[in-house]
Amino acid sequence: MSSEWEPRIVAFFCTWCTYTAADLAGISRMTYAPNARIVRLMCSGRMDPQFVLKAFRDGADGVLIGGCHPGDCHYQAGNYKALRRYTLLKRLISELGIEPERLRLEWISASEGDRVQKVMNEMAETIQKLGPLRLERAPRPARAKEHEREVIEIGSQGGAR
Amino acid sequence: MSKPKVGFYWCASCGGCEEAVVDLAEDILKVAEAVDIVFWPVALDFKRSDVENFKDREMAVCFINGAIRTSEQEEMAELLRKKSQLLIAFGSCSHLGGVPGLANLWDRQAIFDYVYKEAPSVTNPEGVVPQEQTQLGSNGYTLTLPSFRDTVKTLGQTVEVDYYLPGCPPPVKLIVNAVTAILENKLPPKGTVLAPDVALCDECPRKATKPDKLALKELKRPHQILIDPEKCLLAQGLLCLGPATRSGCGAPCVSANMPCTGCLGPTSRVRDYGAKALSAIASLIDAEDEREIAALMEQIVDPVGTFYRYSLPASLLHRRVRHGRTGGAQA
Repeated sequence: MSSEWEPRIVAFFCTWCTYTAADLAGISRMTYAPNARIVRLMCSGRMDPQFVLKAFRDGADGVLIGGCHPGDCHYQAGNYKALRRYTLLKRLISELGIEPERLRLEWISASEGDRVQKVMNEMAETIQKLGPLRLERAPRPARAKEHEREVIEIGSQGGAR
Repeated sequence: MSKPKVGFYWCASCGGCEEAVVDLAEDILKVAEAVDIVFWPVALDFKRSDVENFKDREMAVCFINGAIRTSEQEEMAELLRKKSQLLIAFGSCSHLGGVPGLANLWDRQAIFDYVYKEAPSVTNPEGVVPQEQTQLGSNGYTLTLPSFRDTVKTLGQTVEVDYYLPGCPPPVKLIVNAVTAILENKLPPKGTVLAPDVALCDECPRKATKPDKLALKELKRPHQILIDPEKCLLAQGLLCLGPATRSGCGAPCVSANMPCTGCLGPTSRVRDYGAKALSAIASLIDAEDEREIAALMEQIVDPVGTFYRYSLPASLLHRRVRHGRTGGAQA
């Protein structure tokens, strides 16, 4: 493994359009930057802003969200919800010191394999220019790990009443 | 049998949590009857050395309010952890970082520069800033001050916490429930937030007037409109964070025409309060055009201050990214 830094990108793609387009790009033997780890979602509207922040916190240098073109959402309005959340989230992360270019939303339909290729290449290039996102680790006490697990267990029981 | 020993301590906080204890009114007499308060610097004359002289786990329970900002607060948190059987994070600041946690948008240098040099109300031509060590006279005596950290932490990020009492300040009802649960030994599993695990809308007095589908064409601030005292505040275009916030407070703000600002934090299924609150509000915006959406979002003047008002240190990012650093180091 090379010690040189390579951009790490997490891509959240909706299963109906962008993920299918990425599949098409693969079947068509298109080559593009291999920096993205793709996570398939049922809809870009499933894109919880927590996913984006968690990706950044856990080492992503960029996050790409892909959904169906406006008007094409399999669930009617999921992509509009994604767009609204993305618009506000972009402002939030830039106030928190993360360059807004590290987060990108693209509408890519199932037939646009070439667009996946183009966007992936552009994104890798953008992140390459920005360099690594160096987040500081959140402080935690000595036994926090065990404790966190307990909290999760409690959460799954519905918590305190 | 001797009465259980109880301690209260405050870190980076405003004193409102101490007020909440006083707000117990007559109930505080019952508490004083049942327990022995052995440490409460804000109200009673105990010193740190008194705590140091306790045996380990001698206090049955210690309530700590306030975020952790200085080395002294870290030391006290560790000391009190050692001397207590139960450690309870009391109030938003120790639970999630609270309003003092918004200082994580800056660091020590930026805060000191502004507070001691640049603020319009400051006259400091010599640029004097607090020092951690000062030599006094010629006898070699060194005066020390606690170290001011770059980053505000929650209590749970500093030491292990057994329970969390949320709120700014915690509602009296929740304090009474918690104290009763401790005295009767009926505590839920460790790590629990001692409040109901449903959203505030569930107990909101305006619940009946909330439309099935909220669609906001405009976001308003409370001073801009005459607020209908009955109708759902979100339906009136006010940015109410009730849908993303834990209930248990009885909705006093909402009842007084003030939208919820989220002091009780998230329910147990949510990891990052601000992200989830942002998600909830953004999805209610009634616009599909990119520019129209952006224009509507501009009406949220201060996204971080709005969505992370009480929880920036506890959030996934926990502070503003500092550039020009190699990362990792926690000052």
